[in-house]
Amino acid sequence: MPEEALVDVRSVNFSYDGFRRRAVLKGISLTVPRGKVVAIMGASGSGKTTLLRLIGGQLRATQGEVRVADRSLSRMDSAELYRMRRRMGMLFQFGALFTDMNVYENVAFPMREHTQLPERMIRDLVLLKLEAVGMRGAQRLMPAELSGGMARRVALARAVALDPLLVLYDEPFAGLDPIAMAVIGQLMRKLNDALGATSIVVSHDVVECLEIVDYVYLVADGVIVGEGTPEDMRRSDLPYVRQFVQGELEGPVPFHYPARDYAEDVRLVPGGGRA
Amino acid sequence: MLERVRRPIQSLGHRVIESVWRTGTVTRFFGLLLASSGTSFQRFRLVMREVYFTGVLSLVIIIVSGLFVGMVLGLQGYETLQKYGSTEAIGVLVALSLVRELGPVVTGLLFASRAGSAITAEIGLMKVTEQLSAMDMMAVSPMSRVIAPRFWAGVISMPLLAALFSCMGVFGGYIVAVVLIGVDNGVFWSQMQASVDFRYDVLNGVVKSFVFGIAVAVIATFEGYDAPPTAEGVSRATTRTVVSSALTILALDLILTSLMFRGGT
Repeated sequence: MPEEALVDVRSVNFSYDGFRRRAVLKGISLTVPRGKVVAIMGASGSGKTTLLRLIGGQLRATQGEVRVADRSLSRMDSAELYRMRRRMGMLFQFGALFTDMNVYENVAFPMREHTQLPERMIRDLVLLKLEAVGMRGAQRLMPAELSGGMARRVALARAVALDPLLVLYDEPFAGLDPIAMAVIGQLMRKLNDALGATSIVVSHDVVECLEIVDYVYLVADGVIVGEGTPEDMRRSDLPYVRQFVQGELEGPVPFHYPARDYAEDVRLVPGGGRA
Repeated sequence: MLERVRRPIQSLGHRVIESVWRTGTVTRFFGLLLASSGTSFQRFRLVMREVYFTGVLSLVIIIVSGLFVGMVLGLQGYETLQKYGSTEAIGVLVALSLVRELGPVVTGLLFASRAGSAITAEIGLMKVTEQLSAMDMMAVSPMSRVIAPRFWAGVISMPLLAALFSCMGVFGGYIVAVVLIGVDNGVFWSQMQASVDFRYDVLNGVVKSFVFGIAVAVIATFEGYDAPPTAEGVSRATTRTVVSSALTILALDLILTSLMFRGGT
């Protein structure tokens, strides 16, 4: 991807316990150009959410470097990291709305925390954001009164409340019905283009993701096993990419979790009897 | 044979290392909590909101318990004092028991069960539902915005609740001794006034309740913040808050009592 990169991940290794033998990410490198919507896809447990948390600065790379807007996250102290995060927005898997605040208060929260804007202006901005996601009418509802799709839309309005440079999406389609999925997908694309932002979407929802993104990285076992435009991914002959995109049972991803031989496990002896 | 000896030693060593590590984690947490408390004082309404949840909503349990404990003290005290012919000292007995010991200790135990467990469960669930992570990603420190206000609310509420508990206890003792049994009203109050020293008894009781408030608030916030983000993790953390708080209060009470009351008047 030749365009100017907003996010640059360079040879990143990561393990939760600090040991390389239990590495979650193994030497991953990728770039995310400004203004694009890029998907990081892969099966559950492949390390894609870990990668997103490294880009958001919630985790630090064991080795390698993560750069956002030409600044290395690994070298930042917490104050610098917080300054950087004011230019980021994140949509969590299930929205992560504050349950003691209503919809309006949730969207107003980052504005009240980080700006000195008068309450009247905050009100206008909150209503603008809620209108953009079609939730202005629900401003007085509490998170418990919202459906999964509605909560996700409110969380999206909150994620873009401060017009971020970079928006991170952690499994934005998980647990949604097809209509809500399509709505969220279209909103992600439109908001990215309207705000001139850059988006990184972590998901395993192939159909929705390939509809809205510009570029895809496919992660398996902590390494990138394929990359390209959505069209490249659909046409790819690489075994893992084909299995993942087409949802095939046969392929490099085995059905069984690694285990001892079945006959050995149930103590069957060669003669057919039990030990 | 060697294995038999090795295993218990290994297990003991593991537990010692774990408890030292946990103590270190709690101490570091407490230091971070104090360092993040600036926001709580700059935006004091955050603390006042939590005072409502931890303090005001605990009023019913404190008032009712204080009244009952005072009434029981009145009954038991009268029964014992009658044997020595000094029933007029019932007011002193009720007041000193409450102000020095029962007020701070029982309030601490009730506070840990009612408010401490609620604080742990709330923070733990915020962690499970990624609300703390969301706040952190919005460049808002959960320690300043969520943990510190709850801690200070606990520290402020506890002495006030303990004072209320003692007042209700004295009132309960008055109902039993004066209204029901018939001890002289004037004797009940005058003996109490003459024997309860403000600095020695009342202030020491306040210091105790303040220390218990700090202990319960640290335990409750730490357990919630440290809880594994699962249903089981939150449930265990809530239980640990109640058990650890109770044991800490009783141990601290022993230490503080031995330091404060050394056979003086």
